[in-house]
Amino acid sequence: MSGTSLVTARERALAVLGGEPDDATLGRYLHGIAGVDAVGLEQRAAGLGTRSIKTSSKKWALDTIISLIDLTTLEGADTPGKVRSLVAKAMSPDPADATTPRVAAVCVYGDMVPFAIDALGGAHGDPDDGLISVAAVATAFPSGRSSLEIKLADTAEAVAAGADEIDMVIDRGAFLAGRYGLVFDQIAAVKEACRRPDGTSASLKVILETGELVTYDNVRRASWLSILAGGDFIKTSTGKVQPAATLPVTLLMLEVVRDWHLLTGQRIGVKPAGGIRASKDAIRYLVTVAETVGEEWLVPHLFRFGASSLLNDVLLQRQKMTTGHYSGPDYVTID
Amino acid sequence: MSRLAVPKTYKLYIGGAFPRSESGRTYEVVSASGAFLANAAKASRKDARDAVVAARGAVGGWGGATAYNRGQVLYRIAELLEGRRAQFVAEIEEAEGVTRAVATAQVDESIDRWIWYAGWADKFAQVAGNANPVAGPYFNISVPEPTGVVAIIAPQDTSLLGFVSAVAPALVAGNSVVVVASERFPLSAISLAEVLATSDVPKGVVNVLTGSPAEIAPWLASHSDVNAIDLVGAGDLDWISLEVDAADTLKRVLRPESGPDAAAPALGRISAFTETKTVWHTKSLR
Amino acid sequence: MSFLEYAPAPESRAILSLRDRYGLFIDGEFVDGRGTPFQTISPSSEERIAEIANANEADVSDAVAAARRAYDRSWSRMSGRDRGKYLFRIARLVQERARELAVAESLDNGKPIKESRDVDVPLVAAWFFYYAGWADKLDHAGLGANPRSLGVAAQVIPWNFPLLMLAWKIAPALAAGNTVVLKPAETTPITALIFAEILQQADLPPGVVNIITGAGDTGATLVAHEGVDKVAFTGSTAVGRAIAKQIAGTDKKATLELGGKAANIVFDDAPIDQAIEGIVNGIFFNQGHVCCAGSRLLVQENIHDEVVERLKLRLSTLRLGDPLDKNTDIGAINSKEQLERIRELSDIGVAEGADRWSVPCEIPENGFWYAPTIFTNVQTSSRIAREEIFGPVLSVLTFRTPAEAIAKANNTPYGLSAGIWTDKGSRILAVADQLRAGVIWANTFNRFDPSSPFGGYKESGYGREGGRHGLAAYLSPAPIGQAALSRPSTRGAVETADGAAAPKARRAVRSATRSAKAATKGSKR
Repeated sequence: MSGTSLVTARERALAVLGGEPDDATLGRYLHGIAGVDAVGLEQRAAGLGTRSIKTSSKKWALDTIISLIDLTTLEGADTPGKVRSLVAKAMSPDPADATTPRVAAVCVYGDMVPFAIDALGGAHGDPDDGLISVAAVATAFPSGRSSLEIKLADTAEAVAAGADEIDMVIDRGAFLAGRYGLVFDQIAAVKEACRRPDGTSASLKVILETGELVTYDNVRRASWLSILAGGDFIKTSTGKVQPAATLPVTLLMLEVVRDWHLLTGQRIGVKPAGGIRASKDAIRYLVTVAETVGEEWLVPHLFRFGASSLLNDVLLQRQKMTTGHYSGPDYVTID
Repeated sequence: MSRLAVPKTYKLYIGGAFPRSESGRTYEVVSASGAFLANAAKASRKDARDAVVAARGAVGGWGGATAYNRGQVLYRIAELLEGRRAQFVAEIEEAEGVTRAVATAQVDESIDRWIWYAGWADKFAQVAGNANPVAGPYFNISVPEPTGVVAIIAPQDTSLLGFVSAVAPALVAGNSVVVVASERFPLSAISLAEVLATSDVPKGVVNVLTGSPAEIAPWLASHSDVNAIDLVGAGDLDWISLEVDAADTLKRVLRPESGPDAAAPALGRISAFTETKTVWHTKSLR
Repeated sequence: MSFLEYAPAPESRAILSLRDRYGLFIDGEFVDGRGTPFQTISPSSEERIAEIANANEADVSDAVAAARRAYDRSWSRMSGRDRGKYLFRIARLVQERARELAVAESLDNGKPIKESRDVDVPLVAAWFFYYAGWADKLDHAGLGANPRSLGVAAQVIPWNFPLLMLAWKIAPALAAGNTVVLKPAETTPITALIFAEILQQADLPPGVVNIITGAGDTGATLVAHEGVDKVAFTGSTAVGRAIAKQIAGTDKKATLELGGKAANIVFDDAPIDQAIEGIVNGIFFNQGHVCCAGSRLLVQENIHDEVVERLKLRLSTLRLGDPLDKNTDIGAINSKEQLERIRELSDIGVAEGADRWSVPCEIPENGFWYAPTIFTNVQTSSRIAREEIFGPVLSVLTFRTPAEAIAKANNTPYGLSAGIWTDKGSRILAVADQLRAGVIWANTFNRFDPSSPFGGYKESGYGREGGRHGLAAYLSPAPIGQAALSRPSTRGAVETADGAAAPKARRAVRSATRSAKAATKGSKR
């Protein structure tokens, strides 16, 4: 898979904004978007969370969750060995059950990309085709506190190493200071850096770090800003800041994606990341996607879970559905 | 050599003006000893209708005024009444055939009741209202608001005190009123209307009808644009029928009272003509 | 398969242990009724649930007499502390049997289990907890020291929130020291009868609460009974009006919670996604069987098309069907009669030129159902914009300025509730000030809490339920001279709260002449 071209993205942004994407124009646009009532948003999310998913729906949901997972390791202690282990788990989540789907991608730091690609071998490819992508976090992840040059070099290096997807972080400081033009330009520049020599591009996920934006109004504006600047995905969190993904925040981002689709016809992906550990929670996200943007969004190029421990909980549930009795942690593998 | 007196023409008080009854009718008001006192206007159903229109027109301004302002306006009535004590005492002495002391006591008590109610204007909402600790992320508050247009059948056995005791509390919250005065002792009510006209009470807030309560009350009780009816002085009328009529538009009803404590000062007389409004608003830092 | 169809997730009915026949609950025991019994059915399947006793005049008298005895002998003499303990017990028992009550409610009423489980029953428990704490604090109810209970309360409740309305009625009445005869609606008696079993488990003294079942005539007989001191009714404005006439000239106090035609006002700066949710919750919660439903959507003209488009998208995700399925959003219409009324008014809307749009959804074969429906191009003069439909039908109107919104919102004989959606705080407060309605929801809708007074202006009734105001509706001030605290210097001051004027001892009561007159008057109309 590959992202949309930067030229198209910029033209679309100019058309939507009606002017150059500077602080003033972006500020007017983003502050003109309807506000969010936090209580109402949280109640709607809670309501979606009460859906009861049973039997055949649940089986489908569990498999879908697995196929949407970006299996992630983002530690200072990551090693080639750890990454190989992660990739093995990604390719064969439940060795005891060959019908278990593969995850969508593995998500690692940029310097780990070659090891991931190597370990994937022939399984490396587009998750829409049943293969596994390699996603790399870049742009001075997780804080984003460095110069643009370093962020771009970080990105270009990962793309050159073969990363299919780049998970960048926005400059939250600039965003909170109202320097929307700067945030826009950085995203656009990173998008440019995602381009490969053959003209294709790595898909760009833009991490808002919603735990630092704090208010829903900020999340909504940052979502619009990221999409306008050319992001293919908007992602909640790095996983390094609490709170990470929450259902209300994800619902809100899905609403932006829905509105963008109504406005332009373009489909943008959403990735909640961090803190989703239980199947039950993940199913709530599926319900929220299905009832907000439609179930056609439940495909790897439009929805992902950024998670690590979630996979094993889903596998336990899956075993319960297959065997009819409860499973235990020793019956799933650690990666 | 005594001076030949100049008698007053007693008219209705509607919308801040003093019209005669549109029907052209009057009735003879006599003193306790049977002497002729005046020809009071005998209001018709159309006068009642006009009074309701005037009252409805005044609700927004009076109910929307600040409570502090309403309190000042009501206090001003007491001030003006104090200045015309002698006139009211004489009027009551003559009309009711009571001693000067009794008449004076009635006037003084009337003035004091204006003051008591004036003081409530910017306090009753604090006593009758609440912040409600609901189990959720909401700001939630209940406040009393004026009911709207209140029709009053004033107590029939006094000239001034009953009238004031019924009218003053209805005004506190911001209602406007249409009052049917005592049939037998209507003159002080009209004199009071003259006080109101020269005070700061906006026109239409108080409308005074004289004549036959039995004739006028059913039209007020059944009027769709009247929100509440105080039957305090309707004890001798067929008040049950009036209450039945009032039920057609679910009017708030106060039932008749009699005796010296009729319409005694009470916070309940204020809140009887208020509606509790509860407002919910979401609250969040996010 | 489509994930959105989900698989059936029915709540188990095994938790219920319903009887085949229910008697009247009088004096602490179930007794046979002397009227002709009737069946209660499940509106989602039209299946019979149980046979219900029908209280005739003699049964009503027995119930009132039992309530009077209990009032005289035990309840009015009991300490507030002990009355409170009984109410706390009841609250806990409701929590313990919450799921059973929710299932029974959905079965008998047709409302989705997620509402009976997450809204109705938790609020029932909350209501008893709230008023339990009031029972020994009546001096602070706002009527001065030593307020008096009223005596026997006749309470007649509707079918839309059967158990919740029971709690709204019984909890404050008992806390204040009254005893109760309650009549649930004919189509939804089951949870009230399970509640009677709860009262037995709570060991509430016999006669303190009596529950009699029957139709409208039973309710009318109860309200008219001379042994009744307080009437509390929730239901239609037509019946409320008849009750107000019936009790004219008596000493009975009344609380009436009647109809509504609430405006839900959406300004162009509203938090739009939450406003859409609020509109949906406002009119489609409980199939629109809600007196305070936001049945008139007043939307600022410049966002009308966008709002309607978003609304239709959202409504398309609503799931209509088995009330006991945990994923059901829209349950069954409560009765055939109600369904016919909704259809009739809806057809009138079309005839009047409004544009009808209904959610395309499958309607189950049996039972009573009505797909969520929106009318656009509705004029203020349309009957669907003026009359209470009491069903899942929304009328959309437009406005241009705040003043016009207020004028249109207030242009109704009703005045129960209203909604405001805007991001502008000053506008919310100013609009809330000018709306003539008893409950205003700003950037939310259909929220209820036992501490929050609820009730209407104008023809939506009088009196409040909930909060201190709801307690005061079951009390009267101590007689003059008997209140311990000081009085204002002017003589004979009596403090009362919230519309309940001091009833004077000297009031002329002419009940003998009254009934005849009231009857004549009533028949003219």
